Amino acid sequence: MSPGGRLPLLLVAVTALAMTPLACTGLGEGLTYYRTPSELRPAGGEHVRLGGLVVPGTAHPDGRELHFSLTDGTKTIDVVHTGYRPPVFREGQGVVAEGVLGADGRFRSDRLMVKHSEEYRAADGSR
Amino acid sequence: MGDELAGNDAVAAGRRRLERCLGTGALAACAAALALGLVIAPPDALQGETQRLMYVHVPAAWAAFAAFAAVSGAGAMRLWRGEGVWERLGRAAAELGAGMTALTIALGSLWGRPVWGVWWTWDPRLTATAAMLLVLLAYLALPYWPGGDPVRRARLTAATGVAGFAVVPVVHFSVLWWRTLHQPPTFLRPPGQVPVHPAMFAALIAAAVAFALMGAWVVLRRVRDLEPAPARAAEPAGESCGRVLVRSAA
Repeated sequence: MSPGGRLPLLLVAVTALAMTPLACTGLGEGLTYYRTPSELRPAGGEHVRLGGLVVPGTAHPDGRELHFSLTDGTKTIDVVHTGYRPPVFREGQGVVAEGVLGADGRFRSDRLMVKHSEEYRAADGSR
Repeated sequence: MGDELAGNDAVAAGRRRLERCLGTGALAACAAALALGLVIAPPDALQGETQRLMYVHVPAAWAAFAAFAAVSGAGAMRLWRGEGVWERLGRAAAELGAGMTALTIALGSLWGRPVWGVWWTWDPRLTATAAMLLVLLAYLALPYWPGGDPVRRARLTAATGVAGFAVVPVVHFSVLWWRTLHQPPTFLRPPGQVPVHPAMFAALIAAAVAFALMGAWVVLRRVRDLEPAPARAAEPAGESCGRVLVRSAA
């Protein structure tokens, strides 16, 4: 290979080598896209994703905030969300919230994402 | 392009017939998919009209998988049989695959914003799909790597296509292996247990057939376009990038 061809290859190889440890250390956390309420560590100020089901009867808007409880069946955490609310947000549904666990045990979310099921049906309930 | 018949033989005529069949079939399936997807299928109870994006998003993803399978198969044949049609098939399929992957991501983003609430998130399915696009782009860029031996580079490209296919099962199974925002697969279930309205199912199948036929049609035409100049009777002025590629690799 000519010297002209070797330099870019070298650059790519060096970049890949530099990225590998980064990818490996990030992978453990990265593959866990969200934690459930039981897995949430005590308030450490870190920005994490929390996933679970919205407990029916707990969702109520309060000014700019949206309050609801999130459960994984074992543990339930109160969530206070500020920001965009997906219009299909519903109680009893799976959601993923990004935010920080406060000292008061409430999860302050700034990004709310709604999971939807793999089922599709018409409004009259037929499928 | 009516020049193949002059210099070539029945093979060219057969190929043209196949292309015409694929093109006509794709057009018919498109019409059926449009009618089924936009008129006959009901809107989803929860997601409303947005869910109709499924009839393009899902077939595009399937077409990307199929195209990558072709890239991988053509890569293996290229390594085994040497340069020729397999090299061109691999490239044509990778071009289609990259386009389909990009379309999948773009439509998924449009679907994600109203339903999930976000355009993008680094969940394992989305991340793996982005990686698949990068692998295909790397495959397409490799033949243009500056300097070096073009034949060796062509072999390296083919090997990348074969090895890179490993990303496809990761994309597909990401929703089962890891926690994701993206929902698990709907359609890979025993018949009768697919949790989808029958009209929606029909629309999706029609769209998938349309994408498959159209993809095959595009790849066949592109393989023909990538043929080295001497094989064509009346060469028009100007060079396509494909012909430059083949010449540099020859």
